[in-house]
Amino acid sequence: MPDTTDLELAVNGQRRVLTVEPRTLLVHALRDGLGLTGAHVGCDTSQCGACTVLVDGRAVKSCTVLALQAEGAPITTIEGLAHDGELHPLQRAFVEHHGLQCGFCTPGMILTALDLLSRDPDPDEGAIRHALRGNLCRCTGYQPIVESVRAAAQELAG
Amino acid sequence: MIPSTVRYHRAASLEDALDALSEPEARALAGGQSLLPVMKLRLARPSLLVDVGHLDLAGVELANGAVRIGALTTWDALALAPELAGPAFGVVSECASGIGDLQVRNRGTLGGSLAHADPASDMPAVLLALGADVRLRSQRGERTLAVAELFQGPFTTALAEGELVTEAVVPAPPPGSGAAYASVEHPASGFALAGAAALVRADGSTTIAVTGIGSRPHLLDAGDDPEAVLAGVEVFGDRFTPDEYRRDLAATVVRRAVARARERAGEGRP
Repeated sequence: MPDTTDLELAVNGQRRVLTVEPRTLLVHALRDGLGLTGAHVGCDTSQCGACTVLVDGRAVKSCTVLALQAEGAPITTIEGLAHDGELHPLQRAFVEHHGLQCGFCTPGMILTALDLLSRDPDPDEGAIRHALRGNLCRCTGYQPIVESVRAAAQELAG
Repeated sequence: MIPSTVRYHRAASLEDALDALSEPEARALAGGQSLLPVMKLRLARPSLLVDVGHLDLAGVELANGAVRIGALTTWDALALAPELAGPAFGVVSECASGIGDLQVRNRGTLGGSLAHADPASDMPAVLLALGADVRLRSQRGERTLAVAELFQGPFTTALAEGELVTEAVVPAPPPGSGAAYASVEHPASGFALAGAAALVRADGSTTIAVTGIGSRPHLLDAGDDPEAVLAGVEVFGDRFTPDEYRRDLAATVVRRAVARARERAGEGRP
């Protein structure tokens, strides 16, 4: 048996305990250990961004972080965005502006966009495209995604 | 893909990290953006990962005309650091903001990248052009190495066993200098097919470094004609970029970097 260790992660505001190997990647800990399957395994090579989650408020590719590295830092997954059945404005904007078709890339897109909006509440198209460079979408052609992020920024700015 | 089995130790202090790194097959883990991908591909199989990510080695500090960049400073922090804004060091932020993507910049660190020594890494060209040093620590003590001496080949550095990069020290160029970084990236991987950093001083003298074209980033000999200077330089070809095409790209990015650096020198800011 490989060495395993108990690990406590702070995910979506809750303390969760699970058992991992040192080599366990954060995305597998979230999906297989905690049942949070919103972080998708797309390319598994740090290219596609479908596994993006927030660690300490910053977008990271959870296929390229060890679960043990994330101990002690607040983690946000797509499951943590909606509150009391109300979608987050970014989620709603993606629905209303056709920011998704198959939906596979959507959790990563939204969480990367959330990181962007936390530092730049009024990004122009160039800033949005630069921020989303590490998130691949094979359906939309990106334009509706950019529009969704713009719309969410406007709504959040009130 | 999952890395091979490995042990993990989160270092509580620099001394603790150096102690753990004395194990022959131990590797330091910072942001993991280079090391974890090669571990997943089983190209690296360390016995022990020493997580240095929580040590107090991040930050940008101006002191005595130089800027000191802690090894754990992320690309994102370098892209945004107010200490780097302005005439002397803006090129560091310019280069950092184009590395990888947002997620990679959020975790990837300067020290981790230097120790990984990918021959297509962007920042080494900037550090070479500016004449930076790196500081290394081990249980045997501290030493300072010019960045030009650090890179020995693809993924190969002058780091001795158990040594950890702790910071880079970048001297301020003389007043009136301008510096710039230019690259042409592979559109899918984002890595530089050819990258060049140029420092142009007020007296017109120029220092140029290239990356992505050969086995390691390096300084170029002085000369006004990039094609002539690059004629004798080792250039790698691959299925994306045959060597003669890459040599052309290198000349192009050298020209772009020098032109922009010269413009900035003229404006009194890089």
